[in-house]
Amino acid sequence: MLTIENLSVDYVSHGTWTPALQNFSLTMSAGEAVGLVGPSGSGKSTVALAVMRLIRPMEGRIASGHIVYQGKDLLAVPEYTMRQIRGQHIGMIFQDPFTALNPVLRIDTQLAEALQAHGRPATAAILEQSVREVQLDPQRTLLSYPHQLSGGQRQRVMIAMALLCKPKLLLADEPTTALDVLVQKEILDLISKLQKERQIAVLFITHNLKLLERYTSRVVTVESLRKESYVH
Amino acid sequence: MLRLYASRFQHNRLAVSGLVVLILLSGIAVIGPWCIHLPPATQNLLERLQPPSFQHWMGTDDLGRDVFSRMVYGTRVSLSVGFIAVGVAVTIGTFLGLVAGFFGGWWDTAIMRSVDVMLSIPTIFLLLTVLAFLNPNIYNVMAVIGLTAWPGLARLVRGECLSVRERDYILAARVAGLSNGRILFVHILPNVAAPILVSATLGVGGAVLTESALSFLGLGVQPPMASWGNILSIGRDYLHLAWWLTLFPSLAILITVMAFNFLGEGLRDVLDPRL
Repeated sequence: MLTIENLSVDYVSHGTWTPALQNFSLTMSAGEAVGLVGPSGSGKSTVALAVMRLIRPMEGRIASGHIVYQGKDLLAVPEYTMRQIRGQHIGMIFQDPFTALNPVLRIDTQLAEALQAHGRPATAAILEQSVREVQLDPQRTLLSYPHQLSGGQRQRVMIAMALLCKPKLLLADEPTTALDVLVQKEILDLISKLQKERQIAVLFITHNLKLLERYTSRVVTVESLRKESYVH
Repeated sequence: MLRLYASRFQHNRLAVSGLVVLILLSGIAVIGPWCIHLPPATQNLLERLQPPSFQHWMGTDDLGRDVFSRMVYGTRVSLSVGFIAVGVAVTIGTFLGLVAGFFGGWWDTAIMRSVDVMLSIPTIFLLLTVLAFLNPNIYNVMAVIGLTAWPGLARLVRGECLSVRERDYILAARVAGLSNGRILFVHILPNVAAPILVSATLGVGGAVLTESALSFLGLGVQPPMASWGNILSIGRDYLHLAWWLTLFPSLAILITVMAFNFLGEGLRDVLDPRL
């Protein structure tokens, strides 16, 4: 369902373009859990941003390659189509649940936004169901502000938000790095459970190989381009 | 969160006293004109330049009009000019600042260069020139003050917007497929509301001062309509004869502007986590 071919991404700093990712390829089938590993700074997160086409034009560019999702070349579709794909076809969760929720909006408002962005109704029943699926108490959670929830609870909210419009592909960019060990396992178990129940393809991006063995069927590595600069 | 702000605010005595003064002044502006016993524009040439007495609490002016009732009407004029002018400035400044900060590039350049141009023109001379060509009345004064006061706010909002748009939750909103408009007004605007509120509060004080200055120079609110500035303007001619014509409007302006400044600074202390 997702094919990435020879993807190269450059980032710009002070007017010079440096490659962040070179000739990266990956194929995922529907419902499959794939791990993506590589050292820090190797461009793992860049892969996810490139698939979402959210690399800011002022910061970076996709130098070459193709990203094909269900027969569509994501690098060629207009922005309007891309916006329909985000959220409805591809969901994404982030490394740090402490910064990924808007601090001034209540959880129910943020969840409703994600539904309304695609013209879907945001009824109380739908919101409660989505929160219940990530094993949170709907009454308490929906009326809370992010700062009233723990890190694990916030990451659950992020998962609920990413899956609200029933996407078929979930990009999990280091979803547990900011959490403590016990919560890490709970979150990964939850993602894994939802992946199997709903037949969602999940790309686990992490630098922790041990975690991946349990939850993924295969692992893809990203080579660090920056290695040379560390070795003298 | 609101409760935390409220308790922090209560401990700031200056801010609370500013708020109390402003509530009193707003009360005078709204219901005052119905409570006074003398009309503000009726002349009584036999009683010109009377000092304060039980009949005329703040004395009378050069045409025998009651200064107290003119002051009460002037409160309404000054506060409404202040609030409406700042309302205009906040609307324009916030919108342009958000657009410049969020979209960047060509939009940013165009908007921020016009801000630079606006800020390089001495405001009071621009106001005087424009009002000299327009018909100086209260609505034009509101509009002109509002239309010259937005650039500082646009710059402030742009700066805040630049930092907020880099946050993860804005990326998360994009990932969820939200449109630029919704990201801008639903996700970014509430995060930049605190500095806007502080700046608007301080701005009302500034607008009251500007209105008084314009009326004092004769290009603001025109007699027979009363404003603090035009009472002062009459007082200038009789400074050695009638101190009350200068003292009361000056005190009113002083107290109002100080109250807005105390309140604004108090709000900044409460809302800014860095202080």
